[in-house]
Amino acid sequence: MLLDALLLQLGYNATLVAIGAALLGTAAGITGTFLFLRKRALVSDAVSHATLPGVCIAFLLMAALGGDGRNLAGLLLGSAVSAGAGLWCMNWLTRNTRLAEDAAIGAVLSVFFGFGVVLLTVIQTLGIGRQAGLEGFLLGSTAGMLYSDALVIALGGAATLFLVLLTRRPMTLVAFDPEYSAARGLPVSKIDMLMMGLVMAVTVVGLKIVGLILIVALLIIPPVTARFWTERSEHVVLLAGLFGGLAAYSGAAVSASAPNLPTGPIIVLMSFVFFALSLFFAPNRGVLAAFLRHMRFQRRVHLRQGLLALAQGQAIYEALTLRLLRRAGLVRADGVATERGRARAAKALRDERRWEVVRSDMAHEATAALYDGLRDIETVLTQDQIAEIDRRIGGPQEVPA
Amino acid sequence: MTVELASIEGQRPDGQEREQDLSKSPLSIRGLTVTYGEKPAVFSVDMTVQPGQMTAIIGPNGAGKSTMLKAALGIVPPVSGRVQVFGRPLEEQRARIAYVPQRASVDWDFPTRVIDVVLMGLYRELGLLSRIRGEHKARAQECLERVGMADFAERQIGQLSGGQQQRVFLARALAQGADLYLLDEPFAGVDAATEKAIISVLKSLRAAGKTVVVVHHDLATVAEYFDNVFLINTRRVAEGPVAEAFTEATLQAAYGGRLATTQVSQLAHKA
Repeated sequence: MLLDALLLQLGYNATLVAIGAALLGTAAGITGTFLFLRKRALVSDAVSHATLPGVCIAFLLMAALGGDGRNLAGLLLGSAVSAGAGLWCMNWLTRNTRLAEDAAIGAVLSVFFGFGVVLLTVIQTLGIGRQAGLEGFLLGSTAGMLYSDALVIALGGAATLFLVLLTRRPMTLVAFDPEYSAARGLPVSKIDMLMMGLVMAVTVVGLKIVGLILIVALLIIPPVTARFWTERSEHVVLLAGLFGGLAAYSGAAVSASAPNLPTGPIIVLMSFVFFALSLFFAPNRGVLAAFLRHMRFQRRVHLRQGLLALAQGQAIYEALTLRLLRRAGLVRADGVATERGRARAAKALRDERRWEVVRSDMAHEATAALYDGLRDIETVLTQDQIAEIDRRIGGPQEVPA
Repeated sequence: MTVELASIEGQRPDGQEREQDLSKSPLSIRGLTVTYGEKPAVFSVDMTVQPGQMTAIIGPNGAGKSTMLKAALGIVPPVSGRVQVFGRPLEEQRARIAYVPQRASVDWDFPTRVIDVVLMGLYRELGLLSRIRGEHKARAQECLERVGMADFAERQIGQLSGGQQQRVFLARALAQGADLYLLDEPFAGVDAATEKAIISVLKSLRAAGKTVVVVHHDLATVAEYFDNVFLINTRRVAEGPVAEAFTEATLQAAYGGRLATTQVSQLAHKA
């Protein structure tokens, strides 16, 4: 069943939802990356909650004018207007009062959302214009998604992606170094506004699928996940799009594979799966990698300290050090150095001196930066350079390498 | 060139002569006031930077050194004041200015490599969509070489030491190929090797006819590194060649009781 869903074999509506979700997930991941890099991720939460009053007011207006209150384009337009108002309030609060951004986010988020819920309740008691389904905007509802809805989502997502492609350089520059950007004459506040506008567009487009409460997850989790895998912002952007798209697509498929599984929350859980996998298994930044690195590092420290102690004829008391030396065949069971142990110890001591020279010489600065007390010097310098350093140190040259 | 010791009442030297050298000055500031809340950080400051020379902006902590620079560049909005760059309005001359912000003003865990930061200096040439080509990379690499960081191009910026970060920022400014260089505390908390590298790059810029303005905190090196000083303590205290404006009287006026009298006379003596 799940396989069928993943392969788009579950019928028209499921296919429509899966494709729409994948597009939305990609657009959200990519847009959210810039917000994440700018360290303003939570602004998106306020923006999304601020959409609710707009949705309700748009519904009331359309119903009052005798139209279909549930026209998606109309509702999205209303949500965009009220999200924009929320954003404006937030900017005004941070700029003109002593409130910090986090406080402004809290204030705007709760007030707009509260107002929206009141309107929603009023609409339900009025009982006009087939209001059923309006609360689907809270957590998303894909059951009755139409082809035209999917088209709105696809077009909105594509337009957002195009704008991101066009403005990725200024947005990255502002995210990294706003002061420098301002000094170069970049309109920093306009670029910030654009960034927020794009986030707003994604939010509005995504209301139908994941709903306004959870859209923030689609904007933030993918970039955070992507960050585990790379040290380059361009790659964070691309990977966030990929993770976002995959999570949304697979989440939509999973929810279609069984009755009564909510699409939005499942998509969020799928992106959490990607996040958790990355958190543990990503190279370099992952938890597992960090743990292994620490273990390896600890062993090298012990081995090195043991060798230096041997070279200087000091006693070794630490059990781990002795065990490591013994296992490497550098000391005998009674703690006396073997032939090979003595040679390695002498080299360790010699390397220590060589490193001292390297670290005191500006010409070797890049190399010196690699010094960690452990690295074998021949992995960072050529034989000629080492010979040159040895000439400077003087003393016996016959140290076995 | 004369030294003026601006009086507290804000008396200005006669405008005639000064208006003329405005057109030549790489950076001229008139009546600049910046406030945080209602407390002035910089009050009615005039400054005329001399072309092709190195100028230090000095003053005690909280005297408005960095704020003045930021306001001159429009990073911080001033309450009042007029800024001209090479005799023209700031906005027209942005391309000729390279600014080096304080190292601590950015997050060094940002996902980017050293070479990418330097390429930000080429932002204008790159435009919005064109791809980064080999020639751009080569130019960035050359700038890294000038600050002694050629071997670090591919490193993640988070792996750099403070001094190395500072040099990467300088390399980014060099990549712009500007005529006026404004640096905010480039020597703060850097190692001796970095300080040497930076000062030699700045001197080579001066030799090439560029103008350099540095917010500086180390009074001991002022005489050795700079041609001119600008002393500020919210208001302008003095401005001119080091030998004339960096004196016991001006230091006393700028720092007040914050420097011991013996220190002041020693420093001034060096100059």
